[in-house]
Amino acid sequence: MRSKSIQKDTYGYLFIAPFFIILTIFVVYPIIYSFGISFTKWDGSIVPPQFVGVENYKRLFNDSFFFKSVGNTWMMWLGCIIPQLIMGLALAVALTDRKLKGKAFFRWIYYLPNLVTMASVGTLVFFLLDWQSGSINRILLSFGLVDEPINFLQDIFSSRFAVSFTLWWMWFGYSMIIFMAGIRAIPEEYFEAARVDGANKWQTFWCITLPCLRPIILYQVVTSLIGGLTMFDVPYVLSGGNGAPQISTLTMVMYLYNTTFANYNFGYGATIGVGLFVLVIMVVAVAYRLINRKSLYE
Amino acid sequence: MAFDLTTQKELSRPLRTKHSKWELSTIGLYFLLISLAVLCFLPFYMMIINATHTSNDIATQLNVLPGSAFADNYKRMMDSVNMWQGFKNSLIISISSTALAAYFGALTAYGFSKYRFKGSRLLFGILLGSMMFPSQLGLIGFFKVCSELHLINKHLALIIPAIANANFVFFVKLYIDAAVPNEIVESARIDGCSEFRIFNKIVLPIITPSIATMSIFTFIASWNSYLVPLVVLYDEKKYTVPILTAMAKGVYRTDFGAVYVAIAMSMVPIMVVFAFCSKYIIGGLTAGAVKQ
Repeated sequence: MRSKSIQKDTYGYLFIAPFFIILTIFVVYPIIYSFGISFTKWDGSIVPPQFVGVENYKRLFNDSFFFKSVGNTWMMWLGCIIPQLIMGLALAVALTDRKLKGKAFFRWIYYLPNLVTMASVGTLVFFLLDWQSGSINRILLSFGLVDEPINFLQDIFSSRFAVSFTLWWMWFGYSMIIFMAGIRAIPEEYFEAARVDGANKWQTFWCITLPCLRPIILYQVVTSLIGGLTMFDVPYVLSGGNGAPQISTLTMVMYLYNTTFANYNFGYGATIGVGLFVLVIMVVAVAYRLINRKSLYE
Repeated sequence: MAFDLTTQKELSRPLRTKHSKWELSTIGLYFLLISLAVLCFLPFYMMIINATHTSNDIATQLNVLPGSAFADNYKRMMDSVNMWQGFKNSLIISISSTALAAYFGALTAYGFSKYRFKGSRLLFGILLGSMMFPSQLGLIGFFKVCSELHLINKHLALIIPAIANANFVFFVKLYIDAAVPNEIVESARIDGCSEFRIFNKIVLPIITPSIATMSIFTFIASWNSYLVPLVVLYDEKKYTVPILTAMAKGVYRTDFGAVYVAIAMSMVPIMVVFAFCSKYIIGGLTAGAVKQ
C-alpha cells in the first residue's frame, strides 16, 4: 500500500535503457540490416549496395553448397548430441544413485573440456590427429593397432566424426552436471513410493527419473540445437576454414563467413544468414510448442 | 516369533546377494568413470607433454614423459607470434566486457524486478527472445554497424555489446526476485535515498554472489570468443588468444613443438581459473538450468 504513495515506477525505464539501446544498435539493427542486404549485390566496400531483388534467394535455393552445409551441420550435431545426452544421463544416474568416492573430482574433470577455448581445442585436435606427427597415430602405432598412420582428416567420415567427437568430448560433462541437478530436484517421495511398490532400479529409471527429467532434456536439446546450428569454431579450425575434405565439414556459419569475409560477397552472405535465421526460428517455434504442451499437460 | 525369524532370514538372503553384485558393478562403474576421466584429460596431457619435446621427437615417437625442449619451443613460438600481446588484448576485452555486463546486467535486472512500468512484460519478452537467437545471425549487419561507428579493428567493438548480455540479466533477475525484499527498497525510499543510490549502495552488495557467478561465465565466454573477433579485428597486434592459436596452425607448419606451446598457453589460464572457481562455476551452471 505504501509503495503506491511513492510513485517511482517510471525509473524502471532509466534502469533498462542502456541495455535496450545497445541491444538495438548491436543486435536488432544488424539483423534487420542483414535482411535488407540480402536483396542486394554488395562487396562490403564504400561502393553502395546494388538492389537485385530476389536474385540471391533464387541462387540460394539452387545452391548445392548451401544444402550440403545444412546437412553437414545437422549430421555433425546429431553425432554429438545423441551420445552426449545418453552418456550425460547414464553418468548422472550412476553418480547420484550410490555413494562413490571422488564424485567431485569426476564432475570437475568431465566438465573441464567444456571451458577451454573451442578454437584452441580445434587446433589441438588437428595436431593430435595429424597424419605423421599426431599423438593419436603414435598411440595406435605403438600398440600395434594399425600398421601405418591413418590420415584422419582426409577422410569424409572420420573428419566429420572428429568434429562430433570433439564436441561430445566438450559437452557430455555439462550434460551430466545438468542432469545430476535435475535428478536431485525430483522429490524423494517418488523414489520411496517406487521402492515400496517393489520397483527395481531399471523400472524406477524408466517410470520416474526419465519422465521427471523431460523438461531438462528438452532444455538441453533446444540450447544445444541453437548452438549446434551455428557451429563454427571447431570445424573451421579443423578443416583449415574450407570444410575439407570435399566440403564434408562445411557448416552453415562457415559458409556464411567464407562467402562474406573471404569472398567479399556480402549480399549473398546475408542471404545465407537469412536461411539460417529461418531455420533457427523454426526450431525455436517447435521447441516452444513442445515446452508449452508440456506445461499444459502438467 | 518363529514366523518372524524366517521372514527375516528370507529377507536377509536376497539382500546379501544383492550386496555382492552391487560391489562388482561398483568396480565396473569405477573402471568406466576412470577411463572417461583419462579420456577427458589425455588431450591436455599430450598437449603439455608435446610442448616440452622437439618437433622431431613429436613427429617420430610417442612421448609419455616430459622432455627438455620447452624453452626452445617457447622461444621459437614467440619469434613468430607474440602470444603475450594476445594475452593483453584478451584480458583487456574480457575484463572490460565482464565489468560492463555485470554492472548494466544488474541494473537492467533490477529495473525489471522492482519497477512495474508499462511494456515491461513485452520488453522482458524481447530480452528472453534475444537469448534464444544466436548473435551470428546479424554478423554482416554487426560488421556494418562497427564500420559506421569506426569500431573496426578496435577492441571497443567487442566490449560495448557486452552491455546487452541477456543471460546475465535473466540470471540476476531471478536472484533479485528471491533475495531483495521490496521492503528494503521502500524503507530506503522513505529515508530519502535516490533510486540510483538505492541500487548502488543497497541492492548491489546484496546481489554480489549472483553477479560473481555470472561474471565468471561472462569472462570465460568472452575469453573463448572466436568468430566475432575474427570478423572485427584484422591487425595482428590486436588479435586475441583464440585467433592467435588458430593462426599458429598455419604459421609454424611443421614446427609442432612451438604449436603445442601456443595451444597450451591459450588453455592453461582457463584451467587455472576453473581449478580455483569450480564450485562457483558448477553451482552457477545448475542454478541457471534447473530454474528454467
